[in-house]
Amino acid sequence: MTTTPEKAAQETDLVTVTIDGVQVSVPKDTLVIRAAEQVGVQIPRFCDHPLLAPVGACRQCLVDVPDAGNGRGFPKPQASCTLPVADGMVVSTQLTSEVADKAQQGVMEFLLINHPLDCPVCDKGGECPLQNQAMSNGRGESRFTDSGAGGIKRTFPKPINLSPQILLDRERCIVCQRCTRFAAEIAGDPFIELVERGAQQQIGIAENAPFLSYFGGNVIQICPVGALTSESYRFRSRPFDLVSTPSVAEHDACGSAIRVDHRRGKVMRRLAGNDPEVNEEWITDKDRFAFTYATAPDRITYPQVRDRVEDGGDGALRPASWPEAFAVAARGLAAAGAIGVLPGGRVTAEDAFAYSSFARVALGTNDVDFRARPLSAEETSFLAARVVLGAPQVGGVSYADLEAASTVVLAGLEPEDEAGMVFLRLRKAVKAGARVVAVAPFSTRGLRKLGGELVATAPGGEATALDALTGLDERSVVLVGERLATSPGALSAAARLADGAGARLAWVPRRAGDRGAIEAGCLPNLLPGGRPVADASARVDAAATWGVDGVPETPGRDADAIVAAAVAGELGGLVVGGVDPDDTADPAAFRAALDAASFVVALELRETDVTRAADVVFPVAPVSDKAGTFVTWEGRVRPFEAVFSNPASLPDLRILAGIAEELGRPLGFRTVQEVRARMAEMGPWDGARATHEPVAAAPAAPAAASEGLLLATWKQLVDNGSMQDGDDFYRSTGRTPVVRVTRTVYDAVGPVVTLTGDRGSVSLPAEIADLPEGVAWVPANSFGNGVLADLASPGSRVTVKGVEA
Amino acid sequence: MADTLTPVLTDDWDAEQSWKLATYESRGGYQALTKALGMAQDDIITAVKDSGLRGRGGAGFPTGMKWSFIPQDNPKPKYLVVNADESEPGTCKDIPLMMASPHTLVEGVIISSYAIRANHAFIYIRGEVAHVIRRVQAAVAEAYAAGHLGKDIHGSGYDLDVVVHAGAGAYICGEETALLEGLEGRRGQPRLRPPFPAVAGLYASPTVINNVESIASVPSIVKNGAAWFAGMGTEKSKGFGIFSLSGHVTRPGQYEAPLGITLRELIELAGGIREGHSLKFWTPGGSSTPLLTDAHLDEPLDFEGMAGVGTMLGTRAIQLFDETTCVVRAVLRWTEFYKHESCGKCTPCREGTWWLVQTLAALEKGQGSESDLDLLLDQCDNILGRSFCALGDGATSPITSSIKFFRDEYLAHLTHGGCPFDPAASTLFPSLSSTAVGAQA
Repeated sequence: MTTTPEKAAQETDLVTVTIDGVQVSVPKDTLVIRAAEQVGVQIPRFCDHPLLAPVGACRQCLVDVPDAGNGRGFPKPQASCTLPVADGMVVSTQLTSEVADKAQQGVMEFLLINHPLDCPVCDKGGECPLQNQAMSNGRGESRFTDSGAGGIKRTFPKPINLSPQILLDRERCIVCQRCTRFAAEIAGDPFIELVERGAQQQIGIAENAPFLSYFGGNVIQICPVGALTSESYRFRSRPFDLVSTPSVAEHDACGSAIRVDHRRGKVMRRLAGNDPEVNEEWITDKDRFAFTYATAPDRITYPQVRDRVEDGGDGALRPASWPEAFAVAARGLAAAGAIGVLPGGRVTAEDAFAYSSFARVALGTNDVDFRARPLSAEETSFLAARVVLGAPQVGGVSYADLEAASTVVLAGLEPEDEAGMVFLRLRKAVKAGARVVAVAPFSTRGLRKLGGELVATAPGGEATALDALTGLDERSVVLVGERLATSPGALSAAARLADGAGARLAWVPRRAGDRGAIEAGCLPNLLPGGRPVADASARVDAAATWGVDGVPETPGRDADAIVAAAVAGELGGLVVGGVDPDDTADPAAFRAALDAASFVVALELRETDVTRAADVVFPVAPVSDKAGTFVTWEGRVRPFEAVFSNPASLPDLRILAGIAEELGRPLGFRTVQEVRARMAEMGPWDGARATHEPVAAAPAAPAAASEGLLLATWKQLVDNGSMQDGDDFYRSTGRTPVVRVTRTVYDAVGPVVTLTGDRGSVSLPAEIADLPEGVAWVPANSFGNGVLADLASPGSRVTVKGVEA
Repeated sequence: MADTLTPVLTDDWDAEQSWKLATYESRGGYQALTKALGMAQDDIITAVKDSGLRGRGGAGFPTGMKWSFIPQDNPKPKYLVVNADESEPGTCKDIPLMMASPHTLVEGVIISSYAIRANHAFIYIRGEVAHVIRRVQAAVAEAYAAGHLGKDIHGSGYDLDVVVHAGAGAYICGEETALLEGLEGRRGQPRLRPPFPAVAGLYASPTVINNVESIASVPSIVKNGAAWFAGMGTEKSKGFGIFSLSGHVTRPGQYEAPLGITLRELIELAGGIREGHSLKFWTPGGSSTPLLTDAHLDEPLDFEGMAGVGTMLGTRAIQLFDETTCVVRAVLRWTEFYKHESCGKCTPCREGTWWLVQTLAALEKGQGSESDLDLLLDQCDNILGRSFCALGDGATSPITSSIKFFRDEYLAHLTHGGCPFDPAASTLFPSLSSTAVGAQA
């Protein structure tokens, strides 16, 4: 059952209606069904959904209206889900009107005549609006089976696939159209539609056009019967066997509220939570279905230490106790000399604070950087000056601001792939009249669904394109993605664009922990709370809270420099959190750094190239096993509690605290609660902020002179990311990897092409897109080990040739 | 009695090649257009209002008032849509009209569009009648060639384009908002109202939707004056209309007469009920209008008269059934039609018609019990006024009215253990002889 949040309304906009004898004042245009909720009357409903346009199809919510506000009543019962209130209106629901009650019971009886009574084996049984409302607002016994010669139900062969993941049981469907309306109105993927008519009316897909939507799983959740199920969850459990724990999704920086349903220590499914300010009632399919990575067979469950050959061992990792692992790690790090810390972008804010503290307090270095992806010094400066400490409560851009924006500029950001809830808000914004402009290589499906304008831009040309944009005002928002770091001058240009027009600027990263890591100071130039390393008073302030004499004065190395320094022998040790070498700017260099470093400590969930190279491996808790906080792209704090209590599963912060204690430089915390207290104690920096030094755009690359095509790339929502491992049905809903090229190139080289860069080659089908000449696009992590490992660096040149069929 | 007829729309039907522009013009066709183009647009609307013309599609809404609802200050284009999706069981007036005299409709479209300031008009014709679609298309082409359509019609400065659109075979598309959906290329299901089509209809623009016969009546009103039209018919149901007699009648066909004529007069005009038989029951305006019996022969066939006896004038599709007809069987066939044509959008109509057919079919076979009659009435009560549009309401009309007049006949099926009637006796052709059966072998 869904209800809308109460919204503060202006006094002048209120109208007063009487529902079942109770007067209530509600905003003008409120639907009667919502007004009734305000007085505590629940009118049964199926097609009605507060986030979808009214349709009035199921007729379950009929009420009697003896006075429409003009002294006259409606002669027939009215659907309360389509009837707006009017001043003086009198409504009698099923509670006070026999007409309404009989109408509702009649509709319920009709709904049930063709509905199979398979509740005992139906996944929805126990949480089914049809089942529940049939009990509350229906007849006890059906007259259908005893009528005439005995009622015969309409049947369908069952079930059919709408997509590789979503199944439709047509017999159970009451054709309320919630799913089709969601697909058309919210997601913009109208690949399911009503077909046939009368009792044969059903939800269908076109031939060879499955319901492939990044948001498709939501239709399962809003289905008021058991007609839509997922391959992943179908027949797995009953709702009344599940324990539900609210949480926050870990797959992107959107901070979606989710509900984790688990049984006997195992997550069975995840659902969207209801948070009107963030994700409303929707989540991406990644947030819904990608959770089995935490129970993958290669999950690390105990600490391991390497018996080094030079110490007389066999050079292999062996299981170790926690105390031994702490001691070995501390000893190794102490002996290794200078250490770099790479926490990765998947950390909770508390874990990020621990990494930040560990680097400064235990290791005495500013060589810490959460960024496990291509980055730049310009970005480092931009994050410290323009991103950290921004939040809705201090005037930062929020989801609501997107919805109310006049123009939204997207640069280095493909919201449908990289920030699903931003995409859905932009859909709403566009419906309300907003204009979307994308500085991007081509018109993506997402951009088309936003009715957006493309400023076709080759990699590296973003700064110039942003400088040329006009038409922004103070209700405009410039959204920049993390990919903009790789385009010199682009972040500077975005800031210049926003500042020049009085518009607002927000940075939308991909990973859930990115923003929290910035706030926690996991950057070489920032201490926790936005304290600039370069600011002496900020350093003193942080050191005081940490209880240490001081922190290093000079900004440290960024992630690329840490890798380079390790390769060069300037850094002897590395502490690596959740970093996949293939995500980094130079995967080969990262692996070389792991080899070159004399001592590597890995904190990981599952086996990776880092754990295989590490000297000590600590298993860390997945998000389901720990409390934590993600900070959304807006800067909104999204704390969550642990789903499971698993004493063998320790968060990164506990491990770092253990090593620090062995080093003799304790961090002053061991638990999430203690870190939260320490973070609150340190608080946000109220002194001068770091300043951003604008960087000039790179000179335009001579187009024709250079060989090959400039490579544009980003990660699609559904791809080979390791946190999506384990649900093949979900993965099958991803988009087929293709190379996008211009028509000229396509005509020259044909339907299947091989791209070759300085790191390898890939052969994929080609599709034509409205790219600028001289540019090709591939998905970043949908083939092999990904673009960075197997092809080339984004923005570099690749050659293209046709593949013979 | 022949002077009871008032052939206006049907006047040309017996002319040689009546559907040709030349024939139409030779008999005074398109003179009303010339007159209309010389009139102020609002004066045409006023004339139609003053004539008292009420919608001929069944509901009887005053046509002139509908036109005046179009907000002329709305900057969007205005549209005229002609509802020619004639699909109601028994209804057969628009299709012969378009077949015999398509230019009457085309002239009406031009005058009506001019009055409401529409530069685009659409004629949505039921898809099954391909021959009629072709004929109207040909008429429109002729009108273009003659300068009655297109740019700057006859130097008036007025532009009009007419599109003849073929439906795809759904009864629901006769519902005006479902028709608009279909015209826009979408699935034909009724729209939520408000907004009403006059404000946001076709392509969300102000739209007038009228029945073929309503629009076809407009040229005669313009030509002869509102008073001429209002001089016919009854006080509140003015003018003439086509009465379509079908079934057990000697000369079935179209009888154009003033509203308010009685069935007794119409049957006389049609040569009486089938020889040797007597009237048992009839529908005044298609199967969606509650049926009447021989007790209602002298009721005036106008909107008020029919409402007074608990039914509706509807489309004046008078289906006549004599005493050989089993009312249960007739009602079951109609109900099967509604089940087949229910669009599926709303629960009561979609599921209700599914169930009604099963209950009725059992009764016809003598299965079930007397309580099923009450159940049928309760099902109807749960559909009538609970459905999204009038299709569901219409589905209940034959059932409730037939049980009202012929409850005993329903019960006879139960006591008889099946239908007590000989179905062959009600047919209008000689019953199949053994030789005919033998010939197939």
